[in-house]
Amino acid sequence: MTGSTSDAILTVEALNAYYGRAHILSDVALQAGRGEVVALIGRNGAGKSTTFKSIMGLVDDRRGRITFAGNDISRSAPHEIARLGLGYVPEDRRIFTDLTVMENLEVGRQRPREGAPEWTPERLFTLFPNLAEMRGRLGGGMSGGEQQMLTIARTLMGNPLAILLDEPSEGLAPRIVEMMAHAIIGLKAEGQTIILSEQNLHFAGLVSDRAHVIEKGRIRFGGTMRELAADEAVRRAYLTL
Amino acid sequence: MAVLEVSGLTKSFGGVQAVKGVGFSVEAGELLALVGPNGAGKTTCFNMLNGQIRPDAGDVRLAGVSIAGKSPRRIWRMGVGRTFQITATFGSMTVLENIQMVLLSHHRNIHDLWTRATRRHADAALALLDRVGMASQASRPCGVLAYGDLKRVELAMALAGEPRLLLMDEPTAGMAPAERIDLMALTADLVRERGIAVLFTEHDMDVVFTHADRIIVLNRGELIAEGPPAAVRANPHVQEVYLGSGSMYGHAGGKTP
Amino acid sequence: MGFYLVQFLGGLAQASSLFLVAAGLSIIFGVTRIVNFAHGSFYMLGAYLAYTLAERMGGAVGFWSAIALAAVATGVVGVVMELLVLRRLYRGPELFQLLATFGVVLIVQDVALLIWGPEDLLGPRAPGLEGVVRILGRPFPKYELLLIALGPIVLGLLWLLFHRTRWGTLVRAATQDREMTAALGINQTWLFTSVLFVGSLLAGLGGALQIPREAVNLHMDINIVVEAFVVVVVGGMGSVGGAFLAAVLIGLIQAFGILVFPQITLVVVFLFMAVVLVVRPHGLMGRQQATARGAGHVPEAPIHASGMMGRVAAVGLLVVLAALPALFGDYALAVLTEMMILALFAASLHFIMGPGGMVSFGHAAYFGLGAYGAGLLVKHLSGGMVAGLVSAPLFAGLGALLFGWFCVRLSGVYLAMLTLAFAQIVWSIAFQWYAVTGGDNGILGVWPDGWASPRWAFYYLSLVLCAGGVLMLRRVIFSPFGYALRAGRDSPLRADAVGIDVRHLQWLAFTVAGAFAGLAGGLYAYSKGSVFPTLMAIPRSVDGLVMVLLGGVQTLTGPLVGAAVFHALNTEMVRYTDHWRLTLGVAIVLLVVIFPQGIVGTLARLPFFRRKEA
Repeated sequence: MTGSTSDAILTVEALNAYYGRAHILSDVALQAGRGEVVALIGRNGAGKSTTFKSIMGLVDDRRGRITFAGNDISRSAPHEIARLGLGYVPEDRRIFTDLTVMENLEVGRQRPREGAPEWTPERLFTLFPNLAEMRGRLGGGMSGGEQQMLTIARTLMGNPLAILLDEPSEGLAPRIVEMMAHAIIGLKAEGQTIILSEQNLHFAGLVSDRAHVIEKGRIRFGGTMRELAADEAVRRAYLTL
Repeated sequence: MAVLEVSGLTKSFGGVQAVKGVGFSVEAGELLALVGPNGAGKTTCFNMLNGQIRPDAGDVRLAGVSIAGKSPRRIWRMGVGRTFQITATFGSMTVLENIQMVLLSHHRNIHDLWTRATRRHADAALALLDRVGMASQASRPCGVLAYGDLKRVELAMALAGEPRLLLMDEPTAGMAPAERIDLMALTADLVRERGIAVLFTEHDMDVVFTHADRIIVLNRGELIAEGPPAAVRANPHVQEVYLGSGSMYGHAGGKTP
Repeated sequence: MGFYLVQFLGGLAQASSLFLVAAGLSIIFGVTRIVNFAHGSFYMLGAYLAYTLAERMGGAVGFWSAIALAAVATGVVGVVMELLVLRRLYRGPELFQLLATFGVVLIVQDVALLIWGPEDLLGPRAPGLEGVVRILGRPFPKYELLLIALGPIVLGLLWLLFHRTRWGTLVRAATQDREMTAALGINQTWLFTSVLFVGSLLAGLGGALQIPREAVNLHMDINIVVEAFVVVVVGGMGSVGGAFLAAVLIGLIQAFGILVFPQITLVVVFLFMAVVLVVRPHGLMGRQQATARGAGHVPEAPIHASGMMGRVAAVGLLVVLAALPALFGDYALAVLTEMMILALFAASLHFIMGPGGMVSFGHAAYFGLGAYGAGLLVKHLSGGMVAGLVSAPLFAGLGALLFGWFCVRLSGVYLAMLTLAFAQIVWSIAFQWYAVTGGDNGILGVWPDGWASPRWAFYYLSLVLCAGGVLMLRRVIFSPFGYALRAGRDSPLRADAVGIDVRHLQWLAFTVAGAFAGLAGGLYAYSKGSVFPTLMAIPRSVDGLVMVLLGGVQTLTGPLVGAAVFHALNTEMVRYTDHWRLTLGVAIVLLVVIFPQGIVGTLARLPFFRRKEA
C-alpha cells in the first residue's frame, strides 16, 4: 500500500466483516496519519460504511487488526473506542430528533484530550454559524443540511483525535455540499485528523490529502489524490459507470 | 391516451405547501424521471400517486380513471406496481413464495384457508423470476439475498400484478455500478415489451440521463422543467437549483450521488 | 358537595400512588423497550420492606427512613434483575424479555411468601399524619393529602432529572438510538442499569407509601401491575407526563365510577382504556413507537411443510397418544387431557402471535368464552355436550370477531394491552353478572354425555378435537390466507402495495384463533365439570403466553412443546414442592437465558436440525 505514514494514528489491517453469511469486507487495510484528511472512495454498496462501522465496533462479526492511537481496538466496544478519541459521523446523520441542538451536543461531550483540538459549543458555532441560531430547536425540526452540520458538531464535542466522516455530501444540495467542504477544510486547518468516505470524487479531491479506493469490499487503490487523478485505469475500473 | 395523467396536484403539511399544482403525463412504454433537490416534494408527489397520501387538490388519472385519494391497495388493483427505495419484500418467505404471494393476491385467492399456498401459481412465478434473472435463487429465503438481487425480486413482484404503470422510488439506490446498468436496462426492456409506463425518482444523474426518455424537475414543490434529457441538462434554471456547475456528476471518474 | 370533593381528593390520592408506579414502568420501557411485568413485584417488595423496616425502627424518623430505605432497596433489587437477567436479553426478541420478567414475578412471589408469610400485614400509621382533616364538613385522611402533593412533586423532579441533568439527556438519547449513543462514547450498559434503578425505586416508593393505607399482601403485585400498565398505555408508552395525566384520569374514574356504575366498577377503567386506544392508538401523549435503533432483529426463516420425517414423527406421536389409555390410570389421563387442551389453546394463540404478528395478553378471554359458551348452554338450556362443544367455538369466535375489530386497529404493546382490556371486561362480566353466570360461584355440573364420561373416552374425544384443531390451524398457516397473513406481518407496506388488506386478514385471523381457543375452553369445561371466571383471568392469559414463548414463537411445533413442558413443570412441581412458583420462575428465567429463541426455535438453529439451504 502506498502513501503510508510513519506517524499513523489509525491503522487497519486485514479487516474482514460479515453480515450473516454475507462477506462484506475482505482484507481491508487503511492508514491515517495525524492531521491528515484521508478519503475512502467508492460506490454505494462498495463497503465504505461497513468499513467505518467495523472500525467503530458497530459490526458484530468483524475480524482483523485495528490500532488507534497506540491501542488495539479490534475487540473493543463502540463506547470504548469513542472514549479513546475516535469520533464517528454516520452517513444517515442519526440526530437525536427529540433533543435540542444543545442537548445533541451535550450527548457528544467528552473531556478535552491531549493532542486534539478542544471544542466547545461556542467554537463549533463559529464553524457552523447556522447552528448558533437554533440552539433550542429540536433535532427533528432541522433541514437535512442543518442536521448534517449538527451531527459533525456533535462528534467534535468529544474532542476526538480523529473522526470517521461517512459521506458528508450525501443527499445534500450542491450549495450545502460546498459549505460542508469549507467546514472540512477549516477542521483540517485546526489539525483535525479526518477519514471521510465519499462517492463524489470532486468533493474528495477538494478536501483530502490521500485516498483509498474501495470496491466490492476490497481496497483497490491507495495513494495521494494527485496519483489517483493520474491513474486513469483505476478510475475507469472502479469509479465510473 | 396517456397511461398516467397528473394535473394540478397540490399538498400542504401544516401550512407549508409541499407540492404546488404539479401536472405531467406518462405514455405507455415511456420512462419518465422525476428529479429535484432534497425536500423539493418528490416523495410527497410520489406518495400521492401511490395512495399513501391524499392530495389536497388536483387529479391523478390512470388510463382515464381517477385514482386520486384511493388506498394503495385499490390503486394496485387498478394496475399500478411499485418498487421501494428501501426494498420491501416478505423476509420470511422464499424468493419464489414472494412472487406467488403477489400472484395469489392478484388472482384474489387470499381468502382460501385450505389449499397449499406453495402449490399455487408456481410456474407463473418462476417464469417471472426467470425474466428478471432470479430463477436460480427461487428457493432461497428473501432475507439472505444480496441487495441488488432483492431489487430484482421487487421488480418481479411489481410485474406480477400485470401493471400498466410502474412507480419506482430510487430504483438503483444502494446498488453497485454494474448492477445499476443491468437493472435499468432490464426495466427498459420489460416496460417496452409489455407497454408499461414508468415513473421513477433517482439521484444518480448518470442513470437518469442514460435511461429516461423524459425528465421532469421539481423544486420547492413546483415543476420547473420538463423535456428530454439533453434539454433538461442544458436548462440554466435546473443547473442553478439542482445540477449545479456539473462538477458533481458526469465526470470521468465522477459521482453517482 | 363536600362528599363529591372528598371523593375527588380520594381519586387524586389514588392517582398519585398509581403515577409513581406507572412512571417507573414507563421510564423503564422507554429506554430498554422492556415491558417489565416484574414492576408490580417491586411495588409489593417496596411495601413489604417498608413494613419490616418501619416495625424495626419505629418512631417518626424511623417511619420515614423506612419508606426511603425501602424505595432504595427496591431500586437495588431492580439493578440485580438487570445485571443477572435483562442484560443478557436486550438484543433478544421483546417478548422474551417479557417472559423473563414474568419469571421474576413468580420468584418474588415465593420469596415474599417465604419471608413474610401468607397473612396480610398491617403497617403503622404515618407519624404526624394519623388523623383526618375536615373538608366542607367531611373527614379526609391527612396522609392522603401528602400523597396528592407527592404526585406533582415527583412529576416535577422527574422532569428536572430528564431535562436538566446530563444523565437525563443521555437517557433520552439512548431511548432514541442506542447504537449512536454508544458511538459517541456513552457506556449504555450502565445507563440501562441506572434506569432500572430509578424505575424500580419509584415502584418501591409507591409500594412503601401504601403501608399506612392498606394491608400488605401477596396479591399486590399483579393488581398494581395491571393498573400501572393501563395508566402507561393510556398515557402513551414512555411518556412520563402522559402517565401523570392518565393516572389522574383513572384515579378519578375509579373514585366516581363506583358511584355511577357500582355493578361494573371493574370494567369501567378498562372500557376507558379501550375507548382511548381506539381514538388515540398510541395513548393520550404517546407517539408512534419507532423501533429503537440498535435493538436486535432476527429475520424469520421460511416455513416448510413437514417432510417425510416430520410426518412420520407426527403420526408416531398420535399413535403413542392413542395407545396411552391402555397404560395409564385416570389421573394420568386427566393430566394428559388437560395438556392436549392447553396445546390447542397455545396453538391458537401462536396463530395470531406467530404468523399474525399480534401479541395478545388476553387470549384467555376466548378460552373462557368457550367454556362459558358450553356452561351457559348447560345451565340455561340444559344442552348436551355435543351442542356445548359446538357453542363453545361459536361463542368465543363471536367474541373475537367483536373485540378483534378494535384490536387490529392497533399494533405492538398497545394491541396487546387492548386484548388484555377486553379480557378483563369479559372476566368482570362473568364475575359480576351473578344472575346469568353465577359470578364467582361459577357454573357447576358441566359433565360430558354418558358415552364420553369415562376418562379414557373423554381422553379420546379431546385427542381427536385437539389434534384436529392443531392440524387445521397448521393447514391454514400453509394456505394462501396464512401466507397473506405473514406477508402483512413481514412488510405491511409491501402487502398493502400488492392489494392485501392486512387489517382485514388480521381480524379474520383473530377470530379464527378465538374460535379454536373457545373449542379448547369448551373441552376444558367438560373435563373439569365446571366453569369459573378464573378461566379467563390474567394468569391464564399469561400461561398461554409463557407456553408459546417457551416453545418459540417462530416455530410451528413450538407452542405444542411449550404447552407440554409448561404443564408438566406446573403439575409436577405442585406435587413435589411447596415452592413451585420459585422453581418455575427460576426455570423460566434460566430457559429464557439459555434458549433465547424458545426451546424449539433454539434447537432448530443447531446445525443438526438445520435444513440445508437449497
